[in-house]
Formats: sequence, structure tokens, C-alpha cells
Amino acid sequence: MRKILLFGLVILTGICFTGRLYYLQIYTANEFDIDNDNAIRKVFHYPKRGYIYDRNDSLLVANQPSYDVMVIPGEVEPLDTILFCNLLKIDNNAFLKSYKRAKNYSPRLPSPFLRHLSKEDYAFLSEKLRKFKGFYIQKRSLRDYQTSIGANVLGYIAEANNKEIAKDSYYRLGDMIGKQGVEVSYEKKLRGVKGVKYIQKDIYNRDIGAYKQGAFDTLPVPGKDIKITIDSELQAYGELLMQNKIGGIVAIEPSTGEILSLVSAPSYNPNLLVGRQRSKNYTKLYSDTIHRPLIDKGLTRMHVPGSPFKLLVALTALQENAITPKTNIICSERYVYGKNKRVMKCHCGGGFRNLDSGISYSCNSYFAMAFRTTIEKYSNASESMDIWSSHIKSFGLGNFLGNDLSVGKKGNIPDGSYYDKWYPEFQWGATTIISNAIGQGEILVTPIQLANMTAAIANKGYYYTPHIIKSIEGEDMDPNFTTPKQTSIEPKYYDAIIEGMHNVYNKGTADFLKVPGIEICGKTGTAENFTKIDGVRQQLTDHSIFVAFAPKDDPKIAIAILVENGYYGSRWAGRIASLMVEKYIKGEVTLKRMERLVIEKSLEDEYLKPYSGKPFKINDQ
Amino acid sequence: MNLNRTTSFQLDWLTVIVFTALVVFGYFNILSASVAGEFTSYLDISKPYGKQLFFILSSFVLIILTLAVDVKFYERFASIIYLGSILTLVGLFIFGKQVNGAISWYDFGGMTLQPSEFAKFATVLALAKYISDLQTNIKEQKDQIRAAILVGVPAGLILLQNDAGSTLVFASLFFVFYREGIPQYYLLFAVFIAFLGIGTLKFSALSVCLTLAGLLLIYQLFFKRKKKKIGGVLTILICSIGLSFGVQWAYNNVLQKHQQDRIGLWLRLEKDPVKLESMKRNISYNLNESEKAIRSGGTFGKGFMDGTRTKGNFVPEQHTDYIFSTVGEEWGFLGSSSVIILFLILILRILYLAEQQKSQFSRVYGYGVASILFAHFLINIGMVMGLIPTIGIPLPFFSYGGSGLWSFTILIFIFLKLDSNRLNEW
Repeated sequence: MRKILLFGLVILTGICFTGRLYYLQIYTANEFDIDNDNAIRKVFHYPKRGYIYDRNDSLLVANQPSYDVMVIPGEVEPLDTILFCNLLKIDNNAFLKSYKRAKNYSPRLPSPFLRHLSKEDYAFLSEKLRKFKGFYIQKRSLRDYQTSIGANVLGYIAEANNKEIAKDSYYRLGDMIGKQGVEVSYEKKLRGVKGVKYIQKDIYNRDIGAYKQGAFDTLPVPGKDIKITIDSELQAYGELLMQNKIGGIVAIEPSTGEILSLVSAPSYNPNLLVGRQRSKNYTKLYSDTIHRPLIDKGLTRMHVPGSPFKLLVALTALQENAITPKTNIICSERYVYGKNKRVMKCHCGGGFRNLDSGISYSCNSYFAMAFRTTIEKYSNASESMDIWSSHIKSFGLGNFLGNDLSVGKKGNIPDGSYYDKWYPEFQWGATTIISNAIGQGEILVTPIQLANMTAAIANKGYYYTPHIIKSIEGEDMDPNFTTPKQTSIEPKYYDAIIEGMHNVYNKGTADFLKVPGIEICGKTGTAENFTKIDGVRQQLTDHSIFVAFAPKDDPKIAIAILVENGYYGSRWAGRIASLMVEKYIKGEVTLKRMERLVIEKSLEDEYLKPYSGKPFKINDQ
Repeated sequence: MNLNRTTSFQLDWLTVIVFTALVVFGYFNILSASVAGEFTSYLDISKPYGKQLFFILSSFVLIILTLAVDVKFYERFASIIYLGSILTLVGLFIFGKQVNGAISWYDFGGMTLQPSEFAKFATVLALAKYISDLQTNIKEQKDQIRAAILVGVPAGLILLQNDAGSTLVFASLFFVFYREGIPQYYLLFAVFIAFLGIGTLKFSALSVCLTLAGLLLIYQLFFKRKKKKIGGVLTILICSIGLSFGVQWAYNNVLQKHQQDRIGLWLRLEKDPVKLESMKRNISYNLNESEKAIRSGGTFGKGFMDGTRTKGNFVPEQHTDYIFSTVGEEWGFLGSSSVIILFLILILRILYLAEQQKSQFSRVYGYGVASILFAHFLINIGMVMGLIPTIGIPLPFFSYGGSGLWSFTILIFIFLKLDSNRLNEW
């Protein structure tokens, strides 16, 4: 016992110590993480954000330096606030407010104290500010827009919010991130990769040199310049034509799927969302709930397609051998269907109608017949509807297009089960859903889907996924954008449709919209427009819709236009289509009278009508 | 037993190797802990790491000297060495230099010496000499008291110099007494006092005394054979009550504020977790930072010279008392447990060798060496990892300081010299 006491105690101590070490270093260890060690300060170096060019190499978006006064509240020493406020040109209240906010965020980490100094202020302050411990100036890069157009396409950048930071650990408070348009779609390419320097700190928070001689430091990787498919002249012209109207224009080059212009009206000057006035301007834009300038209408405005949809109804009917181009009917300005002799009106003027004149005069009766024949071809309406639906969807309708734009809507193309759910007890048939034949009913599309559909018709059976990216510095194109997507309609059926669309201009609903020297194929559309105002469903003036491509034999542009509450298709959308096509193909516009009419006419009264509180009429000239 | 050990010079190489390993590893940790940003030269004498290299080199000179001296010298001159050591301790009160409130250093123009370090081996030598004297019988109370005075004088002087930690090291010589045959009840008594003291501080003198009284009453009523005699039980009770209240009084009136705080924190006397957390951060700031550094090392450590908390000087006193936190941070669980194993091997080897000695002088001395090393090992590493209250004493071979390194070197190599000679005796 006497001999082993100390032996035993030594061994027991050894076991206790090893156990304690195990507890500290393995069981409860905080695994060493260079990013979360408060003995290491991380200094970031932000690379240049990539520039954005249009398809003709004109610079749209560049950068400008901006200087923020930053504060680390924990390091601030008592200071002469009056002198300090005078230097920064702020008052005492603003000082206290900013200081309190920074302190609430973190006493240890830097927060922005005053943003966006001018260059003159920066030069003046950078010397004076050294006296004030805890304050310093950080240089940032802001966007510098070389143009006032295309805000919806170009988008904007802003400081990453908490949600974005939580989602991607790359971002820290104060980092800029793309919030809209290509700034979002190509955020990673444009931003590059920020460089980081790890600096060893001591207990007094002083820098005492590079951590591990800079072994973990990285250099910033500059952001890549990108070229987008937008033709900025055409874009600017589209925005000019759409002034004082709400709606969108989407123009696509059918042979590539490149988006030539993507107009959302009304839009805003992108420079509004840069600099000191940013949040004030943003609030103003955000709170305009009638025009909603921050919403891209070309991409997200869902509406019934109206008559342009008849083109697909006809193509499907041809593919399913429900009709031939020669199938004809006598239209009595009404289509009577069903047991109860229900009536669909037609405004084509009546008479002998085949496929060609059905399209050019937009005869409702003809397409009701074509649709009905297609759906009644198979014994089961639900099965027929599935087949019909899959044909329509092969044009990119009813789903996201898979493009490189940050927003979009699926739209709606109903299939058999859709109506089975809608009418669970009821034996529905073609006549139940006949309004789909003329693009009303349950069909919903967005302008970009309509433009893509038009491009597929122009190509006689295939389309390229519409995209906004033309090229990225030093990178190949995404193969998704270079492989054609086939529609399920055989190419031979397109000729009759294209002929019909050509005759829309020659003798049909758009005969007054001809452009000298350009063979345009198009289709008018008038979409019924219902909305809820204070909970009451009301019908407003129809949307004016138009799709077109040109030239007929070698399509260079396919275009879809939506002018909200513009009444019938050829009235606004058709005119704008002709002007855009002429502008793009000829480079200049000869239809000066039409141009003046479109630019001068405002639909503002129309948009305010429902909010005036007074009874109003719709669809008046 | 190794019969090849022939004449006068047979060192125990295992001890030498472990000793060397600890000194070398210790040096690299001091280098890492004191390099602080700018490194000049290994020989830069203005930096702790430069000085330590000098101390290490000179301690090799001391080893040669220690081993060169005739083995009989230590036994014969033990009293002289002891008296000289006491004189240097007394001299501190006149010539000493005050550092951090303790008057423990002589200052020879920039070179400082700490006599309390040297008092350790002097005291162990004297104790060995006294106990091994043919006229001494440690089982007798008279001789026990004399031996205790022998230890108590230097310990008391060091306490008066305000270096409570070093004083505590002398208490470890109790193991020597116990090994050499003082009665068993001393051990029981020591353990009893320890429990009584801790119990008193943790709960209260009153509750400890009431519990004890209850236990003794049960013993008196149910387990004792001669129930009439209650004198013995009463004596124990009265002594315990006296001791318990004495401990409480001493805690409140004798101990300084920082000592009270450290013990209070160790016993978790503060129940409110928020206050406890703030106490950890303020009162035991060093310990808190030290634990953080050790924890951040993980299994494999951050690597030599790459400890971020060591480099940033987050742990105060890191190259002296808190050097083990550098080991923990830079070498991780593997490195720091290796250090613990090396210390175990060293202490156990010395204990083993001590038991092998034929002369009682060598045996007592060896036991004393092991006890002193164990006390430093237990208190220092226990403190750095937060297992015992903060008591500032160095970790042998690791903590920066010349006096400590020299003293431990002499302490061990005198024993190795004695050990090398054991086959030559009789």
C-alpha cells in the first residue's frame, strides 16, 4: 500500500488528464475553421463586375466607383460629433441613428455608416477621417448604365439580403448581388470571385501579419464580360412605341432563338436604382401598383392568347387529320353547338370559309369546327384532349421555357385530367370546352411563349429555346440554346398556315398594316380581359394581341405583342408589330403616320377607368 | 537487474531520453508562443525563445557538472546545500526584486534567479539525509516533527514571499513521509481534511458539521461495540467542527480576493449561469482563453507555429504557466496526450528506480524528486485545462524560465547520479 499510493495517483492523474483532453479536443472540439476564427481577420478584395454589351457590341452596363463610410462601433473612441457631422454633412440625429443601427448589427463587425459619397467628398474625407478611430472608407463598385433602356432585361444589383446570404455562403452583409434580369441569370459569371486575405490578429485586435504567410489567401477573379442578344436600337424603339401603354413586346430571331428585344412597358430608367436615391426610387417604383414598372410583363404577364392560338388549333387538327387545308364551312356569323343550341359569335363577316380564309379573317366558326373534330376523333374526350394538349405543349406553351431569364410563368394548357377534375360528375366533351378553339377558355400564355410559338411556325416545326445570352467571354454556349426543339407537327402542315398568316396582311384583319417591301405573316388577337376589383369580377377592355414573323420566306424576326386594354388586335399590337418589323429589317421606319399615331396615343385613361369609382364602358373606340 | 552496469557511470538512459524529449519539445512550444509576429534569430537573447535556448544549453553544462561530482558529495553536503538555500530565501527579503506581487527573484543586471526553485532540490536532499540518518526513526513523532520543520521552513519562507503555488509543491513531500513509514491515519486524516475543507466551502460549515454529527450519532448508536465510551467520537466531532469553521474563517479572512474567486469558481459556488459565464470571462480570463485554445486544436492540432490563438497572444502568460495550451492548440489531442504520457513515463520511471535503490538516502531522494515532479505536473496541467483552481506554477521543462529548468535538471540528474552508483554500494 505504501509503495503503490503515489504510483496509483500518478496513473490516475494521467487518465484524468487524457480524459479531459479527449473531452476538450475531440468530444466538444470546435473543429478549426479559418472562416470562423476570431483570431483571423478576413479582408476581401472585390473584383470588377463584368460589363454587359448588346448584340452589336455597344456597351450597355459598366461600373463606377462608390465610397461608403464604414464604422466598427467597438473601435470608436469618444469624438467631436459636431465636427464629425459637419465633415460628413449630416445632422446629429442621422449620426445617432446610423450609429445605433451599426451597433445593433454588431459591435465587432463593420457596418455601412454613410453610403455613396461623391468622388469630391471622398478625396476630402479620406484624409480627415483618419483622426476618427473606428471609421474608415470602403470603396465599392456600382453599376454605371450607359443607356436608359432595357431596365427589365439588364436588371440591377443591390446588397444581398439575409435570405440570399443564408442560401449562399459566398455572400456577406454589404456584398452586391444581382436582383433582376441578366444580373441574376449571369450573377456568377458577372461577379467573378472575390479574393480574400487572412490576417492574424492579436488579443488587442491589431493586425500582426498574414496568416500562414498568406498560404490561404486568394486573388480576386475578375467577372466576365457578357454580350446579350438584345438589339438595343430595336429595344429602344419598342420602348418608345410602348410609351403610355402597359404591355410587352418579345422579338425572337427564329433561326437561333436569340431574343432581339424584350420590352416591358412601362419601364424605368435603370440609373434610378443606383446611388444615394436608390431606396427612395425603389419604393416609388414598387408602390406603383397600376403600372408595376418593376414587373417584366413580356415574361410574366399571363393572359388568354386569343386568336393567334387558332394557328395551333389548326396545326393540331391537320396533324390529327381532323381537317385538311381544303375543309370548308359556311359561316353564318355564329357557331351553334351542343344540345341546348348554344351560340358562339363570329366577326369574320360570314360566308364560305376554308383554312386560308379562316385564318385571314379569323373565323371563330371554322376553328370551333376544327377543334371539335379533333377532340371528337377519339371515342374518349379525355384521351383526345391529352393528345391535343401534348401537341400544343410541344410549342413550349404550358410550361417554363427553360430559358436564361430569371422570371417566367408557366401559363396553362389544359389536358384531359384537368377537365376530369373540373367536371367530376359530368360527361364533358368538345363542345363543353369549345372556347379553347379560339384561344379564350382555360388557355393561358405569356408574351414570350407566344413569340416562341410564332418562331416555331416560322421555322416550320422547330424552335430554339429563347435566350438572352449571346456570348460569355471565353466560354462556349450552353448546348440547351443551340439544339433545336422539334414540335410534334409535321413540317408539311405549316405551309397552309403560313399562307393563311400571309393573307392576314394581304386581305384579312391586318390588311391596313402592310409594310412596303416586306412580306409579313401575322395573326391578330383580341383577348377577353376579366379582373377582380374590390372582390367583384368585372370585364375590362380587351387586350390587343398580335403575333408576326417576317420575311415570309426567310424569317429574321418573330414577334409577339401584348398591349393591355388595347381593344382589338390590329388596333395597337398590330401597328406596333409592323413598325418593329420594319425597324428591324430595314433599319428605318417609313410608316411615319402610323408611328406618330402609336407614339402619341396614350391608354392612360383606360388604365385609370376601373379605379375611378365611376361606371365605365369597355371596348369603345 | 542490469548486471552490465559496472563502475561509476551508468546512466538510466530511458530517463535521459524522456527528459531530453520534454526539453526539446518544450523549447519549440516556447518558440511558438513567444515569437509573436516578428522572428529575428534563434539566438536573439532579448526574446524568451532566445533566452530559453541559452538556458537549455547551459543546463547541459549543469548536467555534466552534476554527474562529475563524486556521488558521496550530495549526501555529505546536503545540510550545507540546504542551509545555503535557506539563506538565499531569507536574503530575498532584503535584496529581492518584486515581480507581480511576489518577491521571488534576485536580479543580477538583467539575469534573474529564483531561489525558491533551487530550494526544492535542497530541501529534498536535506530530507533524504535526515530520514536516512541512522539516528532518525520517522515512525516516531519527535522525528516526524523535525522532518516537517525541515520542509516547513523553506515552504514558509516562500509563502511569505507571496508565492503560494510553490509552497503547495512542498506539500507533495507528504508522499515521502508516507512511503517511509508514518502511521496510516495521517493519510486518512489528510483525506478527511481535504473532504471536510471542500465540503465546507461548497456547502457551509454548519451543514457539514450537522451531517458529520448525524453520521457519528448513527455510528455511536448502531455500530460501536463499547457504547458507553463516547469520548473518541466527541473528540472527532469537536475537532471537525473546529476545523470546518476554521476553513470557512480562513477562506473569508486569510485568502486574498483573487484566491477566493478562483476557488469559488472551481467549486461553482455561483449558480446563476449568466453570472458564471461572466465570471469565467473575467476572473478566470486566462483559463477561459487557455481552454478555448486547447479546444480549437482538435485531434491533430493546427500545426507548429500555426496556432492562431497562440500567435495572436490570446492566452496571457502563455510561454510560462500556460505553455500547455500552446501544445494543445498546435499539436492537438495527439501531441498533448503524448506530453502527458512522457510525463507519466518520467515520473513512474523515477519512482521505480527509487524503489530499486539500496541506500535509503537515494530512495528518499528519488521519491522526493518524483513527488515534486508530480505536484508540478498535476497542478500545472490541471490548472491549464480547468480541472483545479488556478495556481501559478510552471510546467517542468516546458515553461519558460532558467531557474526552473536548471533546478529540475539538477533535481533529476542528482538522482540519476545516485542511481548510477547503486551497484557500487556495499
